[in-house]
Amino acid sequence: MADSDTVSLDYQQRQDGGLRLVVKGRLDAGSAGRLWRPVLRKVTKARADVVEVDAADLESCDAAGFALLLEVKARQEAKDRTFQLHGLRDELNELMVLFDPGPPAKGQRLSGALVRMIEHAGEATLNGLHEAHAQISFAGEAFVKFLHLLAHPRRLRWGDMFLVAEKAGADGVGIAALMGFLIGVILAFQSAIAMGKFGADIYVADLVTIVLFRELGPLITAFILASRSSSAFAAELGTMKVNEEIDALTTMGIDPVQFLVFPRLIAGITVLPLLTVFNIVLGLIGCGLVMVAIGFTPQIVIEEIHEAANLTDLFGGLVKTFVFGAAVAAIGCLRGLRTGTGASAVGDSTTRAVVASIIAIVVIDGIFAVVYYFLGI
Amino acid sequence: MMTTDSPTESVIRVEDLTVAYGDYVVLRDVNFEIRRGEVFVILGGSGCGKSTLLKHMIGLRQPVKGRVLIDGMDIVTATGDDLRTILRKIGVMYQQGALFGSMNLLENMQLVLSEFTDLPPEAARQITRMKLKVVGLEGTEYKMPAELSGGMIKRAAIARAMVIDPMILFLDEPSAGLDPITAAQLDELVLKLARILKITFVIVTHELPSIYAVADRVIMLDKESKGVIATGKPEELRDHSDHPLVRQFFNRQAEAAAKDSDA
Repeated sequence: MADSDTVSLDYQQRQDGGLRLVVKGRLDAGSAGRLWRPVLRKVTKARADVVEVDAADLESCDAAGFALLLEVKARQEAKDRTFQLHGLRDELNELMVLFDPGPPAKGQRLSGALVRMIEHAGEATLNGLHEAHAQISFAGEAFVKFLHLLAHPRRLRWGDMFLVAEKAGADGVGIAALMGFLIGVILAFQSAIAMGKFGADIYVADLVTIVLFRELGPLITAFILASRSSSAFAAELGTMKVNEEIDALTTMGIDPVQFLVFPRLIAGITVLPLLTVFNIVLGLIGCGLVMVAIGFTPQIVIEEIHEAANLTDLFGGLVKTFVFGAAVAAIGCLRGLRTGTGASAVGDSTTRAVVASIIAIVVIDGIFAVVYYFLGI
Repeated sequence: MMTTDSPTESVIRVEDLTVAYGDYVVLRDVNFEIRRGEVFVILGGSGCGKSTLLKHMIGLRQPVKGRVLIDGMDIVTATGDDLRTILRKIGVMYQQGALFGSMNLLENMQLVLSEFTDLPPEAARQITRMKLKVVGLEGTEYKMPAELSGGMIKRAAIARAMVIDPMILFLDEPSAGLDPITAAQLDELVLKLARILKITFVIVTHELPSIYAVADRVIMLDKESKGVIATGKPEELRDHSDHPLVRQFFNRQAEAAAKDSDA
């Protein structure tokens, strides 16, 4: 016998070997929850051909109570055994019929672990191929339309372009400059320790200059653009996609790529080199301050930087920023345009935009490194 | 608990409710009561405060003054365990369904059950399947909301709202955005749940066919007078109301429906 505060349940052996459950009182969420496992354990263990529930004294029953009765019924029927329910009041019986969902639906996946692993691998591969296809298609479409735009420059929404450039560029000058200054200071300090051992402290200025011009200036600034603007582009366009504004543009005969993507693309291409210049200049100032702090005069530091700096390094670095800017803006826009449905879709697009942008920046930087090596730059 | 109660007993009492956004008063000194087991409709024109009233009745907003008694407990001042006791008695279907997009229907409903009960996961799954069956969505427990049509989302939202056996279900514009056939099916579902499960329904709508199909009583709100301008059975208001706005509401909507059928 099992008792809860509102219900009592009595297990009885039938003469034919079956199991009889006599339930009395109120079977509600609290009592059904407490009885759930003991009852099902008893029914499973009994392996009776017939399970009979005597519900003549069942006063009331809520959804949880019916769930327990229906679970017992489902388990018996799944084993081709008999379930009998007697004495249930008419109004409760009507509810029982209303609630009975029949045999359970199969879950999405009932296969084994190995099969699931292979399915996951297959899904991931297919998704990767679809993504690659989408990105290549988008790049091709954007390039063709860009050529068309060059022939008809008045079709670009220049007002939008300047607005995006202000948000992505002018509003980002502070963070780009701060990052440059800190990188310059850190690089100078770190290299001064090592180079000081060889009496080569003065070459800290050369090292920092070349590293900022060729590598870190463009790279750090591109990362800043990726985190600030690629995510913003994905969120803006993603929200428009969710609100069906992109569909509205299409049905109005307006090309979303030309209307939304090109202003952002051109803004990204134009502002990143400018931000990089700010970043490099502040980096050199940071380096100079460290060198003055360790005993060099400002004049010597300026002369050393002047000697180390050359246009090949500067332009080698700045050329990369045009490509970085295009990649970051294009990825942000693509992720926005490919936003799915649901509350989390825009968040997913934003995350993907930033991650994909950072990976793209590093890959493009690697390609430039190889090309510059063979060109002797 | 599914037991039969007296149909005349009051289950919701709204007393002297005054609602405002800043200095702008939306509703002033509103009084009405809803009886246990009835289908009660709040109607009125756009901007009259229907949804605002509903939000105050379910405790989402604080009124300037007044009380909303749910089964004898004031939701306006309730906190802690008292508030949970009241929330255990109500279910709400929002206009857009408000199903959590990152969860399937089973998870959407288990979330509510795990908050209010100690049922094991298998029991929660069984209850989910039962409630989905009641609203005609059997076998969809593993579907994501994005895979459902507008009508299915509304049904799933009703199933989630009634997963803990509430005594009162609040439906905000249930027919909005649905075709007439799907809207009529939803009306039938409301009637079935009211009859078999003895659930009290509070429905905000201005869809006249739905009002005639399901409403036991209606109140009509008015933007100008900032309160209730009519109470009664829908047919009574249509045929006997002296208030010009009430007559206009029912007749203009009837005219529009007639034009639609002619077209």
